Amino acid sequence: MLGEGIVKGLAETARNFVGSFIDKDRLVTVQYPEERLPVAEAARNFPFLIYDGVDQEEGLRCVACQICEKECPPRCIHIEKSKDKKPDFIGKQQFYPAVFDIDVSVCMSCQICVEVCPFDAIRMDNNFELSTDDRFAGLLWSKEKLAMPNEHYLAIHPTEAAEVEARRAEEKAEAEAKKASQPAAVAK
Amino acid sequence: MTQALPPEAEQDEVMEISMGPQHPSTHGVFRMDVRLDGERVLRLKPVFGYLHRNHEKIAEAASYLAEIPYTDRLDYLCSMTNNWGYALAVEKLAGLTVPERAEYIRVIVSELTRLQNHAGMVGFLLQDMGASGTPLMYAFREREKVLDLFESLSGARMMCNYMRFGGVRVDCSAEWLGQAAKVVGGFGGFLDEFEQLLTGNEILMARTQGVGVLPRELAINAGVTGPGLRASGVNYDLRKVDRYGVYERFQFRVPLGEHGDVFDRYMMRVLEMRESVKILEQALRDIPSGPFIDPKARLRGLRPKVGEAYARIESPKGELGFYLISDGSPNPYRYRVRPPSLINLTVLEDMCLGQNIADVVVILGSIDIVMGEVDR
Repeated sequence: MLGEGIVKGLAETARNFVGSFIDKDRLVTVQYPEERLPVAEAARNFPFLIYDGVDQEEGLRCVACQICEKECPPRCIHIEKSKDKKPDFIGKQQFYPAVFDIDVSVCMSCQICVEVCPFDAIRMDNNFELSTDDRFAGLLWSKEKLAMPNEHYLAIHPTEAAEVEARRAEEKAEAEAKKASQPAAVAK
Repeated sequence: MTQALPPEAEQDEVMEISMGPQHPSTHGVFRMDVRLDGERVLRLKPVFGYLHRNHEKIAEAASYLAEIPYTDRLDYLCSMTNNWGYALAVEKLAGLTVPERAEYIRVIVSELTRLQNHAGMVGFLLQDMGASGTPLMYAFREREKVLDLFESLSGARMMCNYMRFGGVRVDCSAEWLGQAAKVVGGFGGFLDEFEQLLTGNEILMARTQGVGVLPRELAINAGVTGPGLRASGVNYDLRKVDRYGVYERFQFRVPLGEHGDVFDRYMMRVLEMRESVKILEQALRDIPSGPFIDPKARLRGLRPKVGEAYARIESPKGELGFYLISDGSPNPYRYRVRPPSLINLTVLEDMCLGQNIADVVVILGSIDIVMGEVDR
């Protein structure tokens, strides 16, 4: 019968319309700024630099090795190495970035900087509300703006961060054991 | 196959229209210079290049690893299959092997990609026909579930950047597999609902049956691949022909069309989604445990031996191929993409000649193009 398909289709839309009042699966719209969906743990949007402790100058993990700068596909990272050194978490003297800029408008959120970083210094943030009315200075983030405490990392990527923490604790213990054994060797 | 223009006396009846690049139905920045006699199409010239982003040249200056996130942006609806095609080419070049678990994960994410691409494509096709909203929103509702899976696995909904040479970036948890099984389990019901809404619809049939016929010979000669080719009745699916990955382990059929019209191309998508659901059910059931990436594969500093490699996969849109030449340096000497969207687009004029201008929009929608891939 002509029109049967249309009637069937209309019945389907009616089922969906009425269903949206009672069935949560059919009412999927989220009124965004007021309502928010939980962000997935793996979600990534823009990198941040991790610092340990309270002082971000002191605790910044980045040692300005510039691997991320080289590997970044759109080349949005700009690093200038420091002249002097400061001790890192196991007490080894390391360089630090005098300048560390990332251009928000160029970054494509690919996470390759995170994967290649051997110092667990750069990680992805899940904050996606980065729009600004200043398209020059407002979109070029310096290291002061990029730096985030380690607690933030633990809060947004708990599973991954727990692994990193365990590994770093191990490294630190190893380094300390080595240090403890060294003076004895000298005394001998 | 261009038709002769009408005689001089009728020339003033002929009208030239430029559709696009900002036309709402051109699927991105695609332009068609159409020559019309009344509503009938006499000539159609596709114009593209508005989204050219220098993709291939960028790859020649970037490392092999840095190219993966760029492939996401080729066909930005199917980043997982793009990743796979590129990873396959580099693996061929560098001689890397992929662990079994990674192969299964790749099949799972690629078939999920096929589901969401085809659902979206059918939605957009109906949108082009004037069914504004409803089918597209139903399709997007399901697509969103797949994208949520991608987000919890790879961190991003569309720009997944998930595959690595010799495997995948992160392992999927048992919890994730459970969620995926739930989405796949519910997809059949959605397809029933979707078909109830669309397949028997008289308006859809009137708008699509016998419209934009692509003859079998032309489809083969023009190098059309994917659902567009199979709608014309050619049994050619790289998952069956090449059997890349672990596809030979799954029971599935390749749906074939008979007429090669827009309706067949629509049906191809719906039937392929049903087959994809079957593959997914088997893959989710059989996925073995083990490493998810070749332990020998290093992330940085890949320098393949001098040589060349071509790898192709059945992406949702057709044969997606990557051709690489290595000169032993950390970046490819030459990198070339065989984009299915672009090559499927070459038959657009032949399908549109003699049709009404309103059907051009529908025919274009049935090819399923993404300009990111056409222009690159």
